[in-house]
Order: sequence, then C-alpha cells, then structure tokens
Amino acid sequence: MTTPLLGLDKVSKLYKRGGLLGREEFRAVDDVTFHIDNNEPQVFTIIGESGSGKTTLARMILNMVRPTAGTIFFKGQDLASIRGGGARRRFMKEVQPIFQNPFEAFNPLKRVDRYLFMTAKNFTDARSSAQHEAAADAALNKVGLSLGEVRGRFPHELSGGQLQRVAIARALIPGPSMIVADEPVSMVDASLRMSIVNLFRTLRDDLKVSIIYITHDLATAYYVSDRIIIMRKGEVVESGPARTVLENPQHSYSQLLKSAVLSPDPHGHGVLIGDSAASQQARASPHPHVSSSEPQVR
Amino acid sequence: MVHIPASSVRDSSHVLETHDLRAYYRMKYFGIDREVRAVDGISMHVRKNEIYGIAGESSCGKTTFIKAIAAAIRPPLEIVAGHVKYSFIKDGLYELPAAERSAIRWRHLSYILQGSMNVLNPVRRIHKTFEDFAFRHMHLGRAEFDLEVKRHLERLRLPAEILHAYPHELSGGMRQRVCIALATLCKPEFIIADEPTTALDVVVQKDVLAMIRETQTEFGSSMIFVTHDLTVHANVTDRLGIMYAGRLVEEGRTADVFSNPMHPYTAHLIASLPKIGDTQPRSALSGSPPNLADPPKGCRFHPRCPLAMEICRHENPALTMLAEDHRVACFAASTKVQPSKDGEQGEMKTLEVVR
Repeated sequence: MTTPLLGLDKVSKLYKRGGLLGREEFRAVDDVTFHIDNNEPQVFTIIGESGSGKTTLARMILNMVRPTAGTIFFKGQDLASIRGGGARRRFMKEVQPIFQNPFEAFNPLKRVDRYLFMTAKNFTDARSSAQHEAAADAALNKVGLSLGEVRGRFPHELSGGQLQRVAIARALIPGPSMIVADEPVSMVDASLRMSIVNLFRTLRDDLKVSIIYITHDLATAYYVSDRIIIMRKGEVVESGPARTVLENPQHSYSQLLKSAVLSPDPHGHGVLIGDSAASQQARASPHPHVSSSEPQVR
Repeated sequence: MVHIPASSVRDSSHVLETHDLRAYYRMKYFGIDREVRAVDGISMHVRKNEIYGIAGESSCGKTTFIKAIAAAIRPPLEIVAGHVKYSFIKDGLYELPAAERSAIRWRHLSYILQGSMNVLNPVRRIHKTFEDFAFRHMHLGRAEFDLEVKRHLERLRLPAEILHAYPHELSGGMRQRVCIALATLCKPEFIIADEPTTALDVVVQKDVLAMIRETQTEFGSSMIFVTHDLTVHANVTDRLGIMYAGRLVEEGRTADVFSNPMHPYTAHLIASLPKIGDTQPRSALSGSPPNLADPPKGCRFHPRCPLAMEICRHENPALTMLAEDHRVACFAASTKVQPSKDGEQGEMKTLEVVR
C-alpha cells in the first residue's frame, strides 16, 4: 500500500476556557480519522454547520493548530515533527490554504499582486522580479485571469469573485499537492459561485491537485466532490463517496441536512409553511435556544 | 395557527409603487464629478399581501434600491428622479416632512437586516432592545408593552427567556429570529428584508425562512425580500424581480420566471444552480458586473450576453409586458420590446431638469 497523501488518526482538539472557577472544556474536534489517497487527486469535502469543528480541522491540517490528541500525517510525515523554518517552508510548499472571505484575507492597504510576487519569491526558485512576474502570470492564467488585470490593483478594486480567484492563483504558485479551501464560496455571489467551483474541478483534473473543500452548501458539494465527510459537534457522523452519501444519507443528522436544502424548483407560494412541524423539531434538537454553555468555535 | 393560503386573501391593490426611481451616488473630489448610477429608472409595484423578491449579484443596486424606498438617503446618495408611493401615506414618501417619515418607520414600514449581530445592541439585553426599537411606536403603557412583547414572542414560538439574554448568548439563527420578531412587533404593513438568511447555516436558514413566511401570512404584511440566492427566492417569494446593473431586467411570478426565463441573464442564473442528483457541468457567466460609474451604453448586459445584437449596443430595452404579469427588458426575447423612450438621452434630460 502506498502512503496516503494525508492521514488523520484519531485526531481531537480540546479547547479550555474559564479561570480557576468554572473551568469548561470544549471538544471542537472529536476523534476524527480519515485519509486521502495519493494515487488520484480528488476533491474531499467536509460538511457541517457552524460550530461543528470543520474550521478547526482545517487549521490542524494546515499545521496552524496542534491537535490535543492523535496524529496527522502528510505524505507519511507527522505534522508534529515539523520543526524549523526550512521544514515548515517545505510543508507550506505542499499544502496551501484558501480562506473564506477574500476581502479579509487580503490586506486592504497592500496591492494584490504583491502577495503573488512574495509567494513566488519565498516558495519557488524564481530569483529575479521578471521570474516572479512570470510565475504570477502563469498562476493567474490557470484561474482565468492575467497579470495585466491584477497588476497594481488594491483589493477593493477587484470584485469578490476575481479576488477569490487571485487567492486561488496565489495558492497555486508554489505548486502544491493539496489545497485546503475553507468555505471558499460562501461570500461569493451565486452567479460567480459556479466559476469558483468549476475551477476546483479543473485544478483536480488538469493540475492534479487534491482539494479539501470545506462548506455547508450541499448542492455544490454534490456537484464537485469525490468523497465527503459530514461533521456534527466535532464528530464525523457519516463518510463515504459523495454521491452515495448525499443521495442516500444514513445518519439522522445527514438526513436533516439534506432535507434542509432548498430545491431550486419553485413550488409556488408559501412552500415552507407546511414544514412548521418539521422545523419545530429541527429547532428543538440541534440548535440550543440559548447556547451560552456552548461557545462557538471559529 | 390557521394558515390561509396567501392567494385567497390577496387583492390587487398596491402597497408600494415606484415610478422611474433613480438614486445616484454623487461625489465631488478635487473638482472631478463622479456619479454612480446604482438605481437607474426602476418602476415596479408590490401588491398587498405578497412577498416580492429582488435578486441580483452584489453591486447591482439592490441595497441602494432598498435605501431609496425606505427613505434612508444620506449623502452622497441622492434621489435624482422618480416617485415612491406607499398606500399608507397619502402623498409620496419624499413629499413627507422628515419628522412624519420617522413616525411611519417601524409602525408601518420595518426592516429585517442582514447582520443580526450588528442590529442588536451588544450591551443591552433583548428586552431593552425591544423597548429601544418599538416602545415609542406602540403607544402603550410600560406593563402593557411588556405583555404585548411576550405575547408576540409566544405567537412566533420563541421562548420568553430570550428577553433576558444578551445578543452574544444567542445562536445566529436565534438572533435572526429575534430580529424578525422585532420587525413584526408593530404589525407593519410593509417589511423590507435585506439578505436575512445569508449568514446562516442551511438547517437554520430553512427555519428562519419558514418563520418569515408564516409571520408574513399571519399579519398580512407585504414584503420586499432581497437576496442573491435564487433557491431562496424559489421557495419564499410570490413574485420575483431580477436586477442587473441598477435596472430591473425581468419581473414576473416566481414560478413563471423559473419555468420560462425570458432574459438571458435570468436564464443563465437559473441554469447555473447546482442540484443534488445532477452532476452535469454547469457553465459560469464570463466577465464581471459593469462599473456603475461608467455603465456600458445601451443594454447594460450586452458585453456579457450570448444573444447580443447590434441594437443592444445602442438602445436600452424598455421593461415590456410579454405575458401575463411577466415583464422583460431584452430585445432578443421578443420583437415587442422597444427601445426605452427614456434612453440615454432622456436620462441626461432628467438630470438637467433636477440639477
């Protein structure tokens, strides 16, 4: 058996809060085990509501947060064993992030192209500024932009969709084998959403990059992903091939999620009215009315 | 709760009418005039007891339109031309003195806003927020007011304990429900909902939408519902208007718009919706929305339009009634669509008059 690209073995993350009195523990991620094969690039989707621990999981995969228990392997290497700048850089060259809100991910006072040049400078062999520009342009071409459109622009001068594509281009410059995308389309318009999701397909098929796609949108998850895990309160409740899981969810929470997806076919007026009984139930179970005892983890 | 089908109680009287509404952002920096035409000639009406949806991508003027119909105009935004008329105000909204306008707000015209975290005061308990928003509009004594608030929450099936909570103690969906309760407390005739569920999870979103729909049906309010998410529109709204670059390009009953979209922009938006159980590749619209400070001449969609013809580059199509209750502004949809009399030249004329 080949070593998997990414392997998680019983990973948990515990947050503690409070002082001497009333110390509370909060399990953000609880005993998560999965792996992503190395032989074929794939889109691996993590679905869950807010507070289900999916962002914490992403941060642990990016080695920004250390797990409390369990180990994460990337290409056979334990992430906890990465020490020192050189090893860190080698890891970052392989695994790159894309964040939720492109307007927050970019410093509004910096020009966007600077991020591309700095990434080229730090993570590739390009030494001269001409080489940096060539690397940036090549990456932008892969996402359907060109350096001419981006050069010298500030984040507010680009639309959300363009900016998110620049963020993806930046992540592509080091030539990663895996991209971790945390809710990359939730802040993007519906009409531009498909352009980002289609881009993920292209990256997987043409550039052979595996993508961890974190979302709460089941419809795009079904459209783009190969494998899927559904998380609730830090635990994986269901996992498997995306199509199978979403067409025929087994766990009650997955079924609830699927039933909550609004169908794009209009049913006429006031479809939702008849659902009040079901929504009452939904209101009662997974969402505590006053969630003071349960801090939300972001 | 007894659900009366919305269609049986609907009558055709208009609660809101706008006529050729134009709201521009006008800025003057270093002697250079800059004009952003965020809302450019919108004529529409909202009938009694219906939810009218407005869809469009960001920066198409949705929020500016809401500001214009709510009289929330602050410089540099200006109403350049047009009327806004409500059935509960004798004259137009902008003919009213400012003091009377603020008396109408919340009592007759209320809002459900997008970021519930920013709407609720973080350092005041929820019951204080209810007082801040609604006490002076209800004309009740303190004890009666408290009773009315409790009764209202009960009607909306919210627990009364939340009145003593601070906003941060509530989950996002709960906060949004509190905002809905707040907006409907005075049983207003007209509610404006600006992306009320965009920040919420799918499960919560469905509940909140159901609650909005129920509340609207129960109180018989009319509503403008703005979101860029077409699946939400499909499930909630009665009629739907699609905005593009400050103009209404298509309007009709929601079911008609989805089953028979006549404008290429609408058709594209609907075709690109992903569905569970369907994996065929969907194309995304190329290009980006136009800069409203310098919109393209003619039909504003023509640079991105697959059906663009010669006439589209020069003339602005008028919003034309092509089927029952279905208006479209596209030359390719039908030969009945004529260039707008109020085209580019007409616009310039209006501007001069107002200036």
